[in-house]
Amino acid sequence: MAEIPEHLRKRAEEARAKAAAASGSAEATPDASATEAESKIPAHLLQRSKAAKAKTEGATPESTAVATAGAGVATATASSPLPVVTGPGGHTQRLLTVVKSGSIQDVKAIPQDKVHVWPHLLVVEFVAALSATAFLLIFAVFVNAPLLELANVNQTPNPSKAPWYFLGLQELLKWFHPMVAGVLLPGMAIVGLILSPYIDRNPSNKPENRKFAISLFTMFLMYWAVLVMMGTFFRGPGFNFIFPWNAGLFVEL
Amino acid sequence: MSDTMNDKRGAERAIESLKKLPDNVQASQAWNSIFRPGSIFRNGYTDSPRNRSYVIMNSVLYHLHPVKVKRHAVKVSYTLCLGGLSFFLFIHLTITGIFLMFFYRPTAVSAWSDIYTLQTSVTFGLLVRNMHRWGAHLMVLAVFLHMARVFYHGAYKPPREFNWVIGVVLLLLTLLLSFTGYLLPWDQLALWAVTVGTNMMGYTPVFGNQVRFVLLGGAEIGTDTLLRWYVLHVLLLPFVIVIFMAVHFWRVRKDGGISGPL
Repeated sequence: MAEIPEHLRKRAEEARAKAAAASGSAEATPDASATEAESKIPAHLLQRSKAAKAKTEGATPESTAVATAGAGVATATASSPLPVVTGPGGHTQRLLTVVKSGSIQDVKAIPQDKVHVWPHLLVVEFVAALSATAFLLIFAVFVNAPLLELANVNQTPNPSKAPWYFLGLQELLKWFHPMVAGVLLPGMAIVGLILSPYIDRNPSNKPENRKFAISLFTMFLMYWAVLVMMGTFFRGPGFNFIFPWNAGLFVEL
Repeated sequence: MSDTMNDKRGAERAIESLKKLPDNVQASQAWNSIFRPGSIFRNGYTDSPRNRSYVIMNSVLYHLHPVKVKRHAVKVSYTLCLGGLSFFLFIHLTITGIFLMFFYRPTAVSAWSDIYTLQTSVTFGLLVRNMHRWGAHLMVLAVFLHMARVFYHGAYKPPREFNWVIGVVLLLLTLLLSFTGYLLPWDQLALWAVTVGTNMMGYTPVFGNQVRFVLLGGAEIGTDTLLRWYVLHVLLLPFVIVIFMAVHFWRVRKDGGISGPL
């Protein structure tokens, strides 16, 4: 026989003694008031069960199934016919558990105002795509893409310019050592862009809370735009400074 | 007499079966193998919340869009459609680019004359080349403005940090795609723009000359460069950018849809 730990055996013995005493008292004293105090059932529930019992003395026993969903209390109601044997305290229903409303009704996701993608979003996207196509088509009908004479390695055009999005870098080349202008500065810009969500720890997305980030980024964009425009419009033969309204444009897209 | 009666009855029967045709087609196995259960092409469309959901749920669009989005997300004033337009321009460039590939050989001998012939002798050749060129410039612009929009809305903040990083990679890939395409017409503009550009890359410290050599496929720009940049432009870079775009779009949804409202 397996050995039962001391404390468990004690506990079981106590429980058995208590049960014997309870059944003895229930037999001896039918009046429930003595055991009522011992039971852990809340007073108002006891009241209710008593009232229900009194009512069912005359009425059908099924009517005791009182819906108590609002209070969040699960009850096991004694089914038909009125039981002779009653629980502790002489009531016909037993408290199984009290479920706090928070644990079952706590809604974590705040409901959001949403709309159907069809038609609300798809229509917008369709119109945007159609407008872009129309714009490109009309623009392409009226403006031809450049095709200069055949490439000739021995004949360097003056000025020779990079594509417009690299003209900011070419402009920088005029100012700094090639290593700085061609590698260091653009490299720093790219690394800075990639790291910006990890550098900017400010959780707010409201413009009024992120004045520094917005001014810094705007400055970055402005510098870039100014450099590109400088290289595009204000640089002529020999990549020297010109005014486009005097010397003309030296731009090919 | 009976012949005309038969003809009349035959015609009636034909009309009858013609009327049943749409129902019969929709009941056929072929039709039902094409459209999934719940597709509006099986059950017909009447405007109801359920059918609005089915349009997305039972079509390939479900890969791109959820059934519902936040109300502010459909406002044009919030996104200016810039991300979507960038993607649309990529599709536009793929279609026009495939058209151009039919008429182009990437060798120093034939590249320029192929473009010239395309413009002068191919139906819609000039128009499609123009659309490809202007679409490319527009895409660079759209991607750049998209980045600015995202920054000003603080949309790179958690949980969207990594999608911003992917976005920066997409911007760089867009620039590279545009730049590799720049060389292909093999005219004076292409040659010297690329010379200036690759000279800049040659200033990379330590292994600058090697970088330049790999990019040009030789010591200086020539027919090898053309082939190399052609393959980069029509195959490798589009392949890479599509993978990054797929992750980008997937993360947009996984990170809780587009950001905001402010």
